[in-house]
Amino acid sequence: MTAPDLLIVENLVKRYDGILASDELSLTIRTGELHAIIGPNGAGKTTLIKQLTGEISSDGGSMSFDNRNLRRLTEAGRSRIGLARSFQITSLFQDFTALENVMLAVQAHKGHSFRFWKKAAENDALTHPALDILLQMGLETSKDRRVSSLSHGEQRQLEIAVALATRPRLLLLDEPMAGMSTEDSTELMATLRDLKNHYTILLIEHDMDVVFSLADRITVLVYGRAIATGTPEEIRNNADVRQAYLGEEG
Amino acid sequence: MNWLLMLEQVLNGFQLGLLLFLLAAGLTLVFGIMDMINLAHGSLYMMGAYFCATFTGWTGSFLIGAVLTLPAVFLLGIVVEVIALRSLYARDHLDQVLATFGLILFFNEATRLIWGPIGLSIPLPAFLNQTVEIIPGAPYPTFRLAIIVVGCLVAALLYYIVSKTRLGMLIRAGASNREMIGALGINIKLLFTLVFGLGAALAGLAGLMAGPILSVEIGMGESILILTLVVIVIGGIGSIKGAFIAAIIVGLIDTVGRSFLPEILRLILSDDSAATAAPAISSMLIYLLMALVLAIKPQGLFPPKGVGR
Amino acid sequence: MKLTTRGIINTILFVFLGSLPFLTDWMGDSFYTGLTSRILILAIAATSLNLLIGYGGMVSFGHAAYIGIGAYVVGIGAFHAFEDGIDWMLNGYVQLIAALLASALIALIIGAISLRTHGVYFIMITMAFSQMLYFTAVGIETYGADDGLTIYARSDMLGLIDLNDEKSLYYLIFFSLVFVLYFMHRLIGSEFGAVIRGSRSNEARMRAIGFSPYKYRLVAFVIAGTIAGYAGFLMANLSDFVSPSILHWTRSGDLIIMIVLGGIGNLFGPLYGAIAFVMLEELLSSIPLTIGGLSVGEYWQLIFGPLLIFVVLYARNGIDSFLPGARKNHDGA
Repeated sequence: MTAPDLLIVENLVKRYDGILASDELSLTIRTGELHAIIGPNGAGKTTLIKQLTGEISSDGGSMSFDNRNLRRLTEAGRSRIGLARSFQITSLFQDFTALENVMLAVQAHKGHSFRFWKKAAENDALTHPALDILLQMGLETSKDRRVSSLSHGEQRQLEIAVALATRPRLLLLDEPMAGMSTEDSTELMATLRDLKNHYTILLIEHDMDVVFSLADRITVLVYGRAIATGTPEEIRNNADVRQAYLGEEG
Repeated sequence: MNWLLMLEQVLNGFQLGLLLFLLAAGLTLVFGIMDMINLAHGSLYMMGAYFCATFTGWTGSFLIGAVLTLPAVFLLGIVVEVIALRSLYARDHLDQVLATFGLILFFNEATRLIWGPIGLSIPLPAFLNQTVEIIPGAPYPTFRLAIIVVGCLVAALLYYIVSKTRLGMLIRAGASNREMIGALGINIKLLFTLVFGLGAALAGLAGLMAGPILSVEIGMGESILILTLVVIVIGGIGSIKGAFIAAIIVGLIDTVGRSFLPEILRLILSDDSAATAAPAISSMLIYLLMALVLAIKPQGLFPPKGVGR
Repeated sequence: MKLTTRGIINTILFVFLGSLPFLTDWMGDSFYTGLTSRILILAIAATSLNLLIGYGGMVSFGHAAYIGIGAYVVGIGAFHAFEDGIDWMLNGYVQLIAALLASALIALIIGAISLRTHGVYFIMITMAFSQMLYFTAVGIETYGADDGLTIYARSDMLGLIDLNDEKSLYYLIFFSLVFVLYFMHRLIGSEFGAVIRGSRSNEARMRAIGFSPYKYRLVAFVIAGTIAGYAGFLMANLSDFVSPSILHWTRSGDLIIMIVLGGIGNLFGPLYGAIAFVMLEELLSSIPLTIGGLSVGEYWQLIFGPLLIFVVLYARNGIDSFLPGARKNHDGA
């Protein structure tokens, strides 16, 4: 009895001036699992995420999330039905504080924001959930610091915090550990292990130790195609995968 | 419908369009390659007219005056670029808008200081001051014909430079990917300065050709600048082809629209209302066109490749 | 409220502005009351524009159009009351509501189209639309066209305030400014303000977390335009005259200069900027220097132009850079 499919991607196609970034890409994500996507550079991992969130359009294929056709929704619309993303290259609100960053994400999912008079900073409905998430990510002591003054590791954590604040059903994490020190990575690993229990996660990562210890299932992407999907054990023993990764750390 | 009048207006429309193209080409080049919005482009147009008036006065010949004006404005453009504009390339658009706005104030005032507040006139030689019958019964001013001819020649020349020469290749590459040309080891500073100078010369040419027909006065740059901006927005910023097509369209609509709108309006409204509304609506036509284009294609009709993905 | 040096300077300024009419009375010269009235009206308009430029990152180069709309409503009302005897058109409340509605509506239309564009396109399209309104004003003969419209009677506020009294008008303007500043302060700190500022900071992320910036920006655009329309209403009553030049895109440029001079994205910046702008103009044009037979004062823009370039290049945060507690970096638009 496997969990129901939350995300179904079928034959996704994306062309960039003759180059096929996504080549009939198909994969499914089951509710509750942590599904990792691995593959050599240029395999189209981030392109996949961008198409899922709606940042770029697709040239073919379908994406269905919780039985909803994603291609009918705008980027903001997809966020509102529970699709959240953290960015590979940190994309935060630089002149806002850490708390304000998370509050904005909370605010986005609390109906409309056409409120002109009351101070947002004094709105408990925004500050309390935001503080909870900062606490969860270990950032509560930095809450009043501007993003520009946070360390790289803290910014990467804030990246995820902002995504979490949108109360997602599916978390798309694009290389959350990019550029992190070993110490910060270990801390983030622990956080991810905890998040696993509460969210369905699509994880893109280069660090194989992380992938193999956290993932329930792994899909291997090469030249825009999914060449194999399976448990970490199955992937480790897959001949095609070994061949694709010749020369890379296994 | 007076067909001869229509023909005359269409030709006038072409003529305005070509003038606008000369201005738009320079502005869109500077924008496309250096990502700089230069409001003082109109000032270079004005200087073209003023220089030509002065040189014509000194030498007694419009043609010599025109020939002298071109390198003069080219040099002026280069001086302005080196002294004031270089540091703006890296800045954001707001800074560029403000700084070039400051340049406009400076140019207007300096012109007033040197030439006085009253406008000038540019006397034309006899052969440019007549009419010619392009079709029997349809006399058309030779000077305006000359503008059309010169405009087309320059357009052809620009087309040749942009598509067939090395400089043109750099320009096209720069318009779609600025970082690349730097990475290729091209002397960016020199390229930028040359492009700016070229744009200035084109503006100056437009100025000296417009001078005899419109008046040579302070502030003439600002009025035509807006129209030029509309042209490059419609055509697509950074695209010379877009600038050409948009300029012709704008020139035609503005001229033909302005002359026939009162008649058209009279069909729907009373004579009085038509007379009041016509000038107001004529002015609006171009902007309505721009709004329409932007609603359908926000990047303009022919954006350079790599833009607007 | 913390007692900062900045706060003290602001307080002193407001106390000074609040008591100005009495000071000029004592000095016996009311020229400065009129001048300051003008400065404060410009400050109101610039503050509304700062919502767009400073906080929202939307560089609108056509804001003067809304001032013009407000002013023309007053002018047209006075005209018809005078020429055609339509008395209710002189009613200040009717004029005020008409001015606010007209500027709001036109801001809505222009904003709806312009906000679909970004960056330079936005700058240029806002510039172009305001020019369109300029030419419309120039084209209407009845209301004076190029020569403008003299206003023979100020808005009749039905006894509540007498706009013909210099002091009363001054205080209306002064308290309007205070209210606009306070409103702006609340707006910036509100949820709406957070969306506007967030959209400027990182539009891509705003979309990713579920916001559609367009509709919020449109509302901001309309709010700013309406406030500017109110400034125009005041302006017409102050100068008893309205002409198309009030709508020219270079006037929009003046507003942007004021914002930059005073410090972008700073609540009181536009006020300081307006003061600086007008005072500079007054000062430079009255320099009693003559070089080589030419009066320096007459050609003040010769200095002002390069001065502006200098400020843009080196004193980017405007007056803000020189005040204590200045922000370190400048967030470009």
